[in-house]
Amino acid sequence: MFQVRIHGRGGQGVVSASELLSVAAFEEGKYSQSFPSFGSERMGAPVQAFARVSDKPITTREPVMEPDMLIIQDPTLFLAVNVFEGANTDGFLLINSAKTPEELGIEDMTDQYPPNHVMTLPATELAMKYIKQPKPNTILLGAFAALTQIVHMPALEKAILDKFPKRIADPNITATKAGYNLIIQKLEQAQEA
Amino acid sequence: MLQQISGSIAVAEAVALCRPEVVPCYPITPQTHIVEHISTLVKSGQLKNCTYENVESEFASMSLCIGASAAGSRTYTATASQGLLFMMEAVYNASGLALPIVMTLGNRAIGAPINIWNDHSDAMSVRDAGWIQLFVESNQQALDVHIQAFKLAETLSLPVMVNMDGFILTHAITRVDMPTQEQVDQFLPPFIPRQKLDTEAPLSIGAMVGPDAFTEVRYLAHHKQKEALNIIEQQAAEFQGIFGRDSGGLIKSYYAEDAEIVFVAMGSVVGTMQELVEELREEGHSVGILSIRSFRPFPANAIDKALANTRHAIIFEKSFAVGMGGVLASEIHMATVANDIKISSVIGGLGGRTITKKSLRKIIESAMQDELDTEVFLDLEGTTVVRELRRQQEGQSSGPAAENILRDMGVVSASKTH
Repeated sequence: MFQVRIHGRGGQGVVSASELLSVAAFEEGKYSQSFPSFGSERMGAPVQAFARVSDKPITTREPVMEPDMLIIQDPTLFLAVNVFEGANTDGFLLINSAKTPEELGIEDMTDQYPPNHVMTLPATELAMKYIKQPKPNTILLGAFAALTQIVHMPALEKAILDKFPKRIADPNITATKAGYNLIIQKLEQAQEA
Repeated sequence: MLQQISGSIAVAEAVALCRPEVVPCYPITPQTHIVEHISTLVKSGQLKNCTYENVESEFASMSLCIGASAAGSRTYTATASQGLLFMMEAVYNASGLALPIVMTLGNRAIGAPINIWNDHSDAMSVRDAGWIQLFVESNQQALDVHIQAFKLAETLSLPVMVNMDGFILTHAITRVDMPTQEQVDQFLPPFIPRQKLDTEAPLSIGAMVGPDAFTEVRYLAHHKQKEALNIIEQQAAEFQGIFGRDSGGLIKSYYAEDAEIVFVAMGSVVGTMQELVEELREEGHSVGILSIRSFRPFPANAIDKALANTRHAIIFEKSFAVGMGGVLASEIHMATVANDIKISSVIGGLGGRTITKKSLRKIIESAMQDELDTEVFLDLEGTTVVRELRRQQEGQSSGPAAENILRDMGVVSASKTH
């Protein structure tokens, strides 16, 4: 079972991201579940959402306590929430930031991960470019697919098309591809280096 | 057809397949998405011959259900928490009048203190109201049991409440197998009311019954619930024949007959327990789960049999009777009184507190060492409780407990210093 926890703020599409991920996994024939951390949701408040993907039926209902993939949609959360709690450091870490882990001052954490398992990318800036809104979720989903290969682009595209009307889905699919390509590029550069 | 959808949408689609004719509703979290989706299905014409009424309150909602059902319509609604309390008088009337209404309860805590999260306090507040009360472990069961609920309600002429954990199930997106209209039609025949208000054949429903006959009418209600024990099992078997799935029924055992220590629980926590029990059994421990799927009627005999080989039953509940303790624990105790079973009552998940596998493991490990108390509040912060108790001892004017505790915990936004 592969477990994902997404941290962000209300309005950034955190819950939608976990839903899209679970639907994409379903499209690929896997078992999956997603659910938000429940609360009185409001714009800007810290939000978490969870997803699990498995080859077998999933029965557990507890929130993801030991994420194999941690997605941080908003780096200002480092000051507000212990986003790294329970993280499986053999897994992966995706951070929405133009800065490196060193610049963010989190290298104590990120150094525990295997090489190329931690990626930062300017997802909000890319979202503004492709969907004209500060919603980094689909950029990061593309990055997730590239980094983990747990789900793949065609399934993500289908999930986005199912959830949103075409005028919203299309730019988000472009955004997802941009996130995907950026990470593939980074991985290739790392391999050459 | 396999779909990856939320529990609420799954239930709404399943209810629509049951061809309800009247759906009065008043939205309250966490069930809002259910009635919202039904309204969409009615408006789009996908659900035909259905009157959908967004009424002014839950009291109106259940009252309209009573009127519609008495007039012979297949009737459905949903509510939760304070909404259920607000319709309470009508809830008792629905069962007293023997009207086969189906209602979803998106289980949620009851205030005060205000809390919108999941537990079973609302379900327990109507445990004596005469409704059939079923619990589901997963979203697949939620949709399956709603289909069974209509048939059960109409066979018995009794209202049925399907309890699904608010948020944990309603808001979770999982894989479900949505049946076809043909399958549902094969299982659920058109509604033939036992009693019907009809201007062509006038009758009255709702007589005043005095001391001479009240006992007999009430006894019959009890008798009918006991009959339901067999019918629930029969219909679950019939359902399995058509749909191929084991959903519903009175109880479900996961290794319970073959375990020294058994968790007894209702609802979605059984799923988390399943994962834990699989792990523990692999480690060689004799543990199991007994899931109570029908709470009313209470399947005392089936429970007694399922726990015949159990040494220690741990009754896990998401609510309790203040001043008494675990309601399910006391009922299980009564059901198994002839057996020599040790019973512990564990209260957890109150007001949405996360029930972790780790905490459940601790409970079961202390039971293995015979160190589990007869009453345990899971993950209770003892220091917080002691601090407030001390404050109350120190002075008469210690202030509101909830606000004091929030201040202690650093959640200051909701409280003011005095």
